[in-house]
Amino acid sequence: MPDTPVESTTLLTLQDVEVSFTLKRSSLFAKPSLLRAVDGVTLSVRKGQTMGIVGESGSGKTTLALAVARLLPVARGQIHMNGVDLLSLRGEALRNERRHMQFIFQDPYSSLNPRLRAEKIVREPLDWLSIESTSRRDDRVRELFDQVGLRRDQQRLFPHQFSGGQRQRIGIARAIASNPSLVICDEPVSALDVGVQAQILNLLRRLQEELGLTYVFISHDLGVIQHMCDTIAVMYMGKILEEADRESLFNTPKHPYTQALLSAVPSADLNRRNRERRIMISGDPPNPIHLPPGCRFASRCPRVEDRCRVDTPPLVDIDRHHRVACHLVKAAG
Amino acid sequence: MTDYSIQERSLQPTSARVEHPLIETARMFAGNRAALSGLAMLFIIVVVSLAGPWFYPTDPFEMVWSPFSPPGAKGFLLGTDYLGRDLLAQIIHGGRATLAVGCAAALLSVFIGITFGALSGFYRGWIEETLMRITEFFQVLPTLLFSMVLVALFGASLGMITFAIGIVSWTGVARITRAEFLKIRELEYVTAARSSGASNTNLIFRVILPNSLPPIIVQAALLIGFAILFEAGLSFLGLSDANVMSWGAIMGNNRPYILLHGFTIMYPGLAIFLTVLSISLIGDGLNDALNPKLRNR
Repeated sequence: MPDTPVESTTLLTLQDVEVSFTLKRSSLFAKPSLLRAVDGVTLSVRKGQTMGIVGESGSGKTTLALAVARLLPVARGQIHMNGVDLLSLRGEALRNERRHMQFIFQDPYSSLNPRLRAEKIVREPLDWLSIESTSRRDDRVRELFDQVGLRRDQQRLFPHQFSGGQRQRIGIARAIASNPSLVICDEPVSALDVGVQAQILNLLRRLQEELGLTYVFISHDLGVIQHMCDTIAVMYMGKILEEADRESLFNTPKHPYTQALLSAVPSADLNRRNRERRIMISGDPPNPIHLPPGCRFASRCPRVEDRCRVDTPPLVDIDRHHRVACHLVKAAG
Repeated sequence: MTDYSIQERSLQPTSARVEHPLIETARMFAGNRAALSGLAMLFIIVVVSLAGPWFYPTDPFEMVWSPFSPPGAKGFLLGTDYLGRDLLAQIIHGGRATLAVGCAAALLSVFIGITFGALSGFYRGWIEETLMRITEFFQVLPTLLFSMVLVALFGASLGMITFAIGIVSWTGVARITRAEFLKIRELEYVTAARSSGASNTNLIFRVILPNSLPPIIVQAALLIGFAILFEAGLSFLGLSDANVMSWGAIMGNNRPYILLHGFTIMYPGLAIFLTVLSISLIGDGLNDALNPKLRNR
């Protein structure tokens, strides 16, 4: 693995981003409750790299992805991409900025308009964002079909005539049509068969190489994350618990939650299987509406201490490119 | 560089050719005998109404024989009305106005209904609250009474009658459209379209509306039948355009003599019945053909 160059420039920065949903009041006089799906996330993604976000269902990773793409309202915080303050954009300005950030959706079945032909689906970003001259767009669509490994004679088919993997290729073609710098992939392969997963992941990596794309890659599958990502952030209940480059995260995980996650990955290596014990985590995640004080993971942590239930541990640097939010882990220096 | 293209190219063949949804819908519809007979009947009615006046040029307003001649007398196939005018000529000539009012009123209510439903379903919030309260106002209005007041106040012209029918019958379309918009706006392909740079106008008209059309089309078909019945009802009560012959107007004119000379009401009534029946059959057929849950059964 090539070491990540430190001086490579940052494309995307998130500063204390918070996304919350107001829930319906249970009764007329009850206060409407607030659900903080993403709670103070700070991240930066370097150009040409892949930032992975892992977490279990309900950890807020998809919400975070949608918020970065400005497809969900952000309650607080700042998001900058290439020096542009994304959260200050409104209306037309925001619409025009969308050409630089595109989204690949999890479900290749519901993310394609069933009434449109494949060529029209891929062409829509060009039409709506007025990219290239009208006459050039047909050529561009043909080029995109080649790039994602679809045949030209499939252009006039409808989404239901494709398999899941082929549909995801259409989704990918649509996402790269506007020549974006950032592509947010929200579990792009979790709805696919394992064999097809590999094809799609390889396609994504090749496109990254060819087009110099930057990915934010969301997944709950650690194998996929390990295959794809340069930097990885572990999310739990809306907060980042640990963030590190691939090597440190997989070799020396610091947070008890990350350690438990990694120990759950089945290994074919017998030595490794015997050496490492599976760390079980019991209990359920806390109710996201009435979060207890302290660390989010305290209720399930095998190494919990008293202070964990009182103070929320901040995310601190413990090494170059390694940040952990846990009281039990010593900060650097 | 390694050649990724081989391993990453999809190995699965394209699934067996599935037809375009519209063709599938047409096939479903063609398999429905009731709907097909409705379509055939409506076709005949429309052709007779549009082309009939050229083949049967007798003026429906001209007094041609003695009043209330029974059907068949003196060559008048359906007899004459209370002024001695040819009933068959009236029915053939009246079809145009009846169908025109029916279609125009249905079009108007679909237009208003889609506007209200789409805006409230897409934007939510106070826009939805306001528009749905207005919709509810029109829903609880006594429709016949309200249209009668409108026509009585502003004159019984064909245009006013159409407007009066359209303005009281759009609430159903509004509710259906809103429900479809609420459902479809949450789907991923709408989010995907927004991410591809679609403006709100594009999202409403290019993305969500085309996908919510099936139930609206069914409702629109049924609305034509409703509007024809409504026009007949207004005419029966005397609120019809005196210069235009329509099926409802024939019934309205002969109303005082309903017990003595029932045939003068029965024949235009039969024309209305058959038209509304055929439209209902088509509407039901469309409903089944457009509903994916009923497919492949």
